[in-house]
Order: sequence, then C-alpha cells, then structure tokens
Amino acid sequence: MQTGGKAARPLSPHLQIYRPQITSILSILHRITGIALSVGTLMLTWWLLAAAAGPEQFATAHGFITSWFGWLLLFGWSVALFYHLANGIRHLAWDAGWGFELPQVYTTGYAVLAATVILTAIAWIAGLTMGG
Amino acid sequence: MAQFTLPANSKITDGKTYPAPAGAKRVKKFKIYRYDPDSGQTPRVDTYELDLDDCAPMILDALIKIKNEVDTTLTFRRSCREGICGSCSMNVDGTNTLACLKPIDEIEGDVKIYPLPHMPVIKDLVPDLSTPYAQLAAVEPWLQTDSPPPPDKERQQSPAEREKLDGLWECVLCFCCSTSCPSYWWNGDRYLGPAVLLQAYRWIADSRDEKTGERLDALEDPFRLYRCHTIMNCTKTCPKHLNPAKAIAEIKKMLVMRR
Repeated sequence: MQTGGKAARPLSPHLQIYRPQITSILSILHRITGIALSVGTLMLTWWLLAAAAGPEQFATAHGFITSWFGWLLLFGWSVALFYHLANGIRHLAWDAGWGFELPQVYTTGYAVLAATVILTAIAWIAGLTMGG
Repeated sequence: MAQFTLPANSKITDGKTYPAPAGAKRVKKFKIYRYDPDSGQTPRVDTYELDLDDCAPMILDALIKIKNEVDTTLTFRRSCREGICGSCSMNVDGTNTLACLKPIDEIEGDVKIYPLPHMPVIKDLVPDLSTPYAQLAAVEPWLQTDSPPPPDKERQQSPAEREKLDGLWECVLCFCCSTSCPSYWWNGDRYLGPAVLLQAYRWIADSRDEKTGERLDALEDPFRLYRCHTIMNCTKTCPKHLNPAKAIAEIKKMLVMRR
C-alpha cells in the first residue's frame, strides 16, 4: 500500500516519553537484579570450584574477589540479592491478591527499598566484624 | 524481541512555533506531537503558546482552542468532554490520561502531548486502535448462558453479586492502561493488555454468566494473560481510578484455585 497502509504508519513514542515512576522503576530493577544474581552466582561458583581445584587456583580466585573490583562486585551482588528478595516477597503478596491499591503499592515499594538498604548494611557489618 | 528505539519513519523532529497573542500575560507552551500522513515527512513536535487567562481549564479545552483559533489542522479524538466516552485518551506530561479530565495547572513547565504510546499513528494524536479492539472482541465481552432465560423476568443477581462488578463496569475503553504497559509495548500482538483483561474479568466475575470455565480456558496462555508482570503502570495511569492489575491478579488466582 502507498499511503494509509498500516506498515507506513509511524510508531508513537513510548520509552522515550513515558515518565519514569516507582511502579515501572521497581519492576525493571527486579529484572535487572535477577540477571545480576545469575551472573554473580557464576562468580561464587568459580570461587568454590577454585577452592576444590587447589591452592594456586584458589589464590587466583580469592585474589580477584578481594581486589577492589571484586569487593565492588560482591557489594553489588549483595544489594541485588536483598532487593530481589524483598521485592520477591512483595510479588508473592501480589500473587496472593494483596497489595494492589495504589497507596499500598507505594508503601510496599518504598519498604522494599528501605529493606534493601538495611539488610545490605546488616550483612556487611556482620560480615566485616565477625569475619577474620 | 522488543525494540526499544523508534523506527526510522517514527523519529521526531522539531516543528513550528505558534507564538502567543500580543499582550498575553499567563503564557503556557503546549508541545504537541504532529504527524501528517499526506506530507511524506516524519513526525514533528509543534509548539503552541496560549494565554491561560483566555483558556478554559482542561487540556482538552486547550486543544480545542488551538484547533479553533490557531491551527485548524491539529487532529485529535474527542466527544463528551467529561470523562465518559474515553475518546480523548493521550499521553500528557509523560503519563496517559483523558485530556478532558486533566487540568492544565497540574502541569509544571511546558505541556507535552503525545498520542497513546507504542501505537501506529493515523494522524497527530489519533492512534490506530484496531488491535486492542480486536483483542476486546476476542474475549467475547457479553453475557453468555446455557440455561434458558426465565420466562417472566430478567436474569437476576443479588446486591452482593452485583457489587462484585463495581470497579469493572466503569471502564470506558480509552486504553490508557494498555498503552502505559511496557509488557504491552513489547508483546502487544499476543498479550491482551490490562484494558481487555479487565473486561474479560468483568464477565468472569458476573454471577449471571455461565461460561466462566471457557473464559478462563481461553486466557490460560503464556502470552494472552501471563505477560502481565505486575508492573502496575496500568493502575497508576487509569483516568477512571480503576484497578486493572487487581483484575488480572484475580484471573491468575482463579486459574490456580481451579486446579
């Protein structure tokens, strides 16, 4: 078709113009942290496998993880873990049919963010003070 | 696979500016998406400066004023101007709403107006809604029964049964919710979207309808229903303050419970 055909019609803007809001931001964060957790688990697996493989391999893996970049990855992984955990519980409540009124959506959303900060802080304080 | 950028024929360019009349005191800029299928050009954003002291309060009032007094080529759908017909749904200030229900003074800075997101554009603010309409028809949104109707009266329901339809029957099918949903943006050809699923639930929840099982069968599908990831943009944007996300959750719950 020349004009007026469906294929010729432009697509109205979407991501480019839609206002970011807590609903969509927390949702995409859930997906991003889910992917980050999968990738992070690979690093954890590598560390465990290295420990089984021998002292030299372990020293390499341990050296990387305790480098500043390794610490950064570990910190990001822990944030992702606690966010995904807290928001996962929020999703469970939704699946049970609870928490769909907008004020509840906001309250639980901010609670998830607060829980992420608190749980990450507790984990690191505990890890750094109790660990060698 | 979802395409996050706009195709080449949809890229937006800067358009014309129509300055405010001389002596205007309270000037507001309206930046409006324009697309003329006969021009052979890609979409553009035109800027219209209006004097708010000489304009009625709602976004739709501003659009009508522009069409009447500034630029007669501006094209948009509208009918009732009071939130009942669902015609003037569009993206105002970054979220979808009915232009007739959105006060201009709720918006800080310039007023940006686009058609409903991620839809084929027929002209200016008029999207092609044939896909959601076909999806609505697919859920057969009418009362279906096997039993013969009572001979001497209508099919009745109790006040409690009727109450279950509150929050569902009020939908005006403006599709603000469906076109606010990223899942519908990426999978709108196979995912039914919040507006249509709310309508599906309106008949599932109706005590007089006798095809509940068949209706649930038709929805039990990875795409038609389960592309809903509870993003909640739908409920956030609904200009009638309905809750499509909750209706979808009720459908999902019924599918689990009937196993």
